[in-house]
Amino acid sequence: MGKCCGREVKLLYACSGAADVGEISDRVVRKLRTQGFGAMTCLAAVGAGFSGFVASAKGADKNITIDGCSVACAKKTLENLGVTPTAYVLTEMGLTKGQTPVTEEVINEVTNAILKGPCCSTTAGVPTSCACGGSC
Amino acid sequence: MKKIEILGMGCAKCSKLAEVTEAAAKALGEEYIMEKVTDIKKIMEYGVMVTPALVVNGKVRVAGKVPGIDELKELLI
Repeated sequence: MGKCCGREVKLLYACSGAADVGEISDRVVRKLRTQGFGAMTCLAAVGAGFSGFVASAKGADKNITIDGCSVACAKKTLENLGVTPTAYVLTEMGLTKGQTPVTEEVINEVTNAILKGPCCSTTAGVPTSCACGGSC
Repeated sequence: MKKIEILGMGCAKCSKLAEVTEAAAKALGEEYIMEKVTDIKKIMEYGVMVTPALVVNGKVRVAGKVPGIDELKELLI
């Protein structure tokens, strides 16, 4: 469960799609949860319209989606609720759908890129971190 | 009669939500029973990830914030 009362509530969603990049999205979100980056929750339950999950997405301080590919099911599922997530798409971070082995090395690399900070944050107009491969 | 549940571990925001919800229900002239749910397992059964949360007749209407009385009246209808 996430937190309440003054502390930022950050919810994490993986597309968990069928392709290799979908599996990586799932593993990355689980790793981020383990490292305390946020609370993982169920995208499928949001898509199914379960009220607790929908209300939680709407009430969280921040929702972070990690999609395997540019179809971006996780991002779109939240957008359908009127929620705009911070969205990461693995194929825009350099992974190739159907050609990326699901290894600890890849999972760690993606996890670390996300942990580095918000996508394309800048200091005085100069990019200081980027997890999207420069596409945003 | 409406069944209203306030989900939360007993924090100040949880108490505030209970208080404003009660005021909204009374203003609407609703017959209701209110229960404060503090058991984390029961809260998780609703899929609620952020508290406090308001449940009306088994449906989670809001989570993670304390709406104003006017919004709460709409959520209770």
